[in-house]
Amino acid sequence: MNGLNAIAGETSGVPSGKLGIWWFLASETMTFGGLLGVFVLTRYAAGGWHDASEHLHVWMAACNTLILLTSSFTMARAHAAALRHERRATLHNLLATIGLGLLFLGIKALEYASELRAGFTPHSGPFWGFYYGLTGLHAAHVLGGLIALAVLAVATARGQSWDLVERRVESTGLYWHFVDVVWIFLFPLVYLS
Amino acid sequence: MRDWFPHNISAVGGAIDGLFGLIAAITLAWFVVTLGVLVWFMFRYRRRDTEAAQYVRGDTRAELAWLLLPAALVLALDVVIDTSSDGIWRRMKLEMPPADLQLAVTGKQFAWTISYPGTDGVLGTADDFSLDAELHVPAGRNVRVVLRSSDVLHSFFLPNARLKQDAVPGRAIDLWFNVTEPGRYDLACAELCGFGHTTMKGSLIVHTPDEFAAWMASHAGSAAAAAASQAAPPAKIG
Amino acid sequence: MTEAHVAVDPHASAVGMWRRYVFSTDHKMIGRQYMLLSLLMAVLGGATAYVMRWQLAWPQSSVPFTGWLPESLAYQGVIDPAFYNQLVTMHGTIMIFFVAMPMLLGGLGNCLVPLMIGAPDMAFPRLNMLSFWTFFAASMLLLSSFLVPAGAASAGWTMYAPLSARPIYTGVYWGINLWLIAVALEFVAFLLGGINLVVTTINLRASGLTFMRLPLMVWMELTSAVLFLLSVGPLIAGVLLLLLDRLAGTSFFVPNDGDPLLWQHLFWFFGHPEVYVLLLPGVGAVLEILPVFARKPVFGYRAIVWSTAATGVLSFMVWAHHMFISGIDPRLATPFSITTILISVPLAIVLFAMIATLWRGSIRFATPMLWALGFIATFLVGGLTGIFVGAAALDVYFHGTYFVVAHFHYALFPSVFFGGFAAIYFWYPKMFGRMLSERLGQLHFALTFVAFNAVFLPMFVLGLGGHMRRIYDPTVYEFLRPLMPLHVAATVATIVLLFSQLPFVINVIGSRRFGRPAGPNPWRAATLEWTTPSPPPHGNFASAPTVYRGPYEYSVPGAGEDVLPQNQPPRLRAATPSAV
Repeated sequence: MNGLNAIAGETSGVPSGKLGIWWFLASETMTFGGLLGVFVLTRYAAGGWHDASEHLHVWMAACNTLILLTSSFTMARAHAAALRHERRATLHNLLATIGLGLLFLGIKALEYASELRAGFTPHSGPFWGFYYGLTGLHAAHVLGGLIALAVLAVATARGQSWDLVERRVESTGLYWHFVDVVWIFLFPLVYLS
Repeated sequence: MRDWFPHNISAVGGAIDGLFGLIAAITLAWFVVTLGVLVWFMFRYRRRDTEAAQYVRGDTRAELAWLLLPAALVLALDVVIDTSSDGIWRRMKLEMPPADLQLAVTGKQFAWTISYPGTDGVLGTADDFSLDAELHVPAGRNVRVVLRSSDVLHSFFLPNARLKQDAVPGRAIDLWFNVTEPGRYDLACAELCGFGHTTMKGSLIVHTPDEFAAWMASHAGSAAAAAASQAAPPAKIG
Repeated sequence: MTEAHVAVDPHASAVGMWRRYVFSTDHKMIGRQYMLLSLLMAVLGGATAYVMRWQLAWPQSSVPFTGWLPESLAYQGVIDPAFYNQLVTMHGTIMIFFVAMPMLLGGLGNCLVPLMIGAPDMAFPRLNMLSFWTFFAASMLLLSSFLVPAGAASAGWTMYAPLSARPIYTGVYWGINLWLIAVALEFVAFLLGGINLVVTTINLRASGLTFMRLPLMVWMELTSAVLFLLSVGPLIAGVLLLLLDRLAGTSFFVPNDGDPLLWQHLFWFFGHPEVYVLLLPGVGAVLEILPVFARKPVFGYRAIVWSTAATGVLSFMVWAHHMFISGIDPRLATPFSITTILISVPLAIVLFAMIATLWRGSIRFATPMLWALGFIATFLVGGLTGIFVGAAALDVYFHGTYFVVAHFHYALFPSVFFGGFAAIYFWYPKMFGRMLSERLGQLHFALTFVAFNAVFLPMFVLGLGGHMRRIYDPTVYEFLRPLMPLHVAATVATIVLLFSQLPFVINVIGSRRFGRPAGPNPWRAATLEWTTPSPPPHGNFASAPTVYRGPYEYSVPGAGEDVLPQNQPPRLRAATPSAV
């Protein structure tokens, strides 16, 4: 009752935080998988929606793909630094990840603004409904990840114990990689098909 | 128990009632035996000072047989049921006979609209006409319906023919039935479709083939005749 | 194996009221919070049933005690058809998402799992607290939907599109939006709670507590949590899409761009596993109670575990049996019928195992045992009647009729209420340190058992007669008028059923003060929760327990006592059969 944030116990050999994140990601896989699956089935039943998808900014999204991949790289570096107990390096890599994530969201916002100005709203057609729904849900998950990373960065900067930092960086990293993987499916299916 | 069903007037309906009987017999037998054993055990093994409980874990082959053999019987009987059901399902949904009469039914909030082909027997021609809530058919003929909805989900339900099919907006769904006894029966909506769902009722009116032909002829024709027929009282059976 | 961190908080007594009772991270307090909220919501669920049933028995009459409702809903007590649809919708929604889930997973899962595995708390206590308050927020949102203009959601708890996708079809605007957000939030709450349950069970087991020594209640909670975690995703996606259809003018579920059937697929892909999520904890409670009151092990422990796993896997493959006549390709009926008959087999095994547990037992008919036996008898009907609607050809007739309503109430009510009450009567002494009155418990059981059957048995007959669901005035139809006496019987029984819960309320409130002190193990049971004081202190166990055997070692030959607790060390000259 006094702020225990996790009870120690590792009967399985896998730390609880990691196990928890894996189960969370399993559920998220069903959510995104469900949505993407529905999108793919509907799209190909309807004939591809090529006219609609031509109005997307493929280059902006391609940039975003690189940004997100790089952020996964910095996240992995943060984890490596945490394992080596290098506080500075951990913090810098976390901040880099956050920065890249913010850049991703910024570019996404520019995309949305441009598309909305051109008159493509969610109800402009079935493709647009899926486009905004899929990328919006993904962006919300990116934002959630950024908040978690920010909390983690603050805790790292404030000198939290390495035991906790290591595990949290790993768990948050798993989530962040998942968000990246979702985008790696989303990008070709939405932008490139 | 058969008396609790509405009177069946369809050939396929008879098969469905038969399937009900089969399942009822099997499940009733299971119920009596299982409940009987339960109640017997409750009585026989109630606590008595003269007899202690026995340490039985149910993990030997012989003990597990008491679970697995009944389970195998459950499976076997389920297969029997399923096979019978599959055959009837095919008849109803997959092997549709050619139409002696082709109708179109459209559900909307909150009425059934039935479109008739008129005397030329073809839908989509000038002598078509529509009625709300009245489904007139000839007895003993294969009637095919293309079912639509103009707004939300409805479900086309003829209790006496044991027939039900959801009407889905954006789709045209084929169904067929063959009813054998002249009379007036119920048509209902079986899928919640809004605050008027309860009132979305209609009548199935089964004529003899001759009467039906006469009825159709009297209603077919111009729009004026169609309007007049909608205002007229329903055709009498007799 | 890391020894679990035992946290007997030295500052416990200094913690203020808010931290102890409201924002607690102790799993037992959180469990009680879920339990209390679920029981309060059950009262509301029962109230909706009362109004509906009165209207059905005496259509267009004035329903007593509804005078306070606004005239748009009930003019002089006569229920408006649109309001009736709201009652139908909210009854199902409240009972499934806001009574059953919190009672069985939030309440029982939280209270029992850490205790039964020898852990000081759940793996993530703060996440646990967050889960409850998220659920609380969801409940408040749902309740608020009654108060907004045009009232609460009215498209059925199944929320089928396009009725639900465009406000104009129901006339309800905010009510359905709030419903969608509330349900989504409830999903999030149980997602987080489910993760907690799964990780706790995997990682916080006491030394010696292998999976095959777990109490079956823990297995059931684990399976329920896993099923929920893996099935809820597509419906979360669906809820998002439906919200977009309502708020952003998209057409995911509305023709011509969209497909109404898509909603049904997304809903039932979750919906079918969900019914097993609701069933398994009750099954678990019954499997804990039977051995204790028969004084012998559960019959076929491993068979039950494997059957449960098989049921879980199969539950993902049957969903379209809710959609046989929905307009799906008729050829799909065959594979889904096959999976549906298959799923009846493992469940039958579990039911047979329950009965076999009684064989050669020495049965005491204490109140928890009455509920457990009542569960078997009534769930049997639920399971058997599923066979009627699982046969596609017969489902053509029964779909959308009261036969389905009777079937699922005979499956759900036993699971949630018989199983739930069994659990409450069994573990109340542990959670509150007092015994409940046996007399009141027996009265509660007898009244509920009789009344429940009296409510739902007539509904099978209504179904045979072709009586459609969600109809607010049966007398509109000629063929339904002869069935009206059945409605009257069911309504009278419903009122009796509601009043039958009074002995329970009196019992629970009265026992807090007047109940006999329980002691740690009033039932002389073998599992770990009975080795702690009643109620357990914060941290549960003075020192981490060690487990030496399975959970149901009753009447072991040569053991001296008729129970061998899980944590009792074996005698040195080990003639005692050790666990698996």
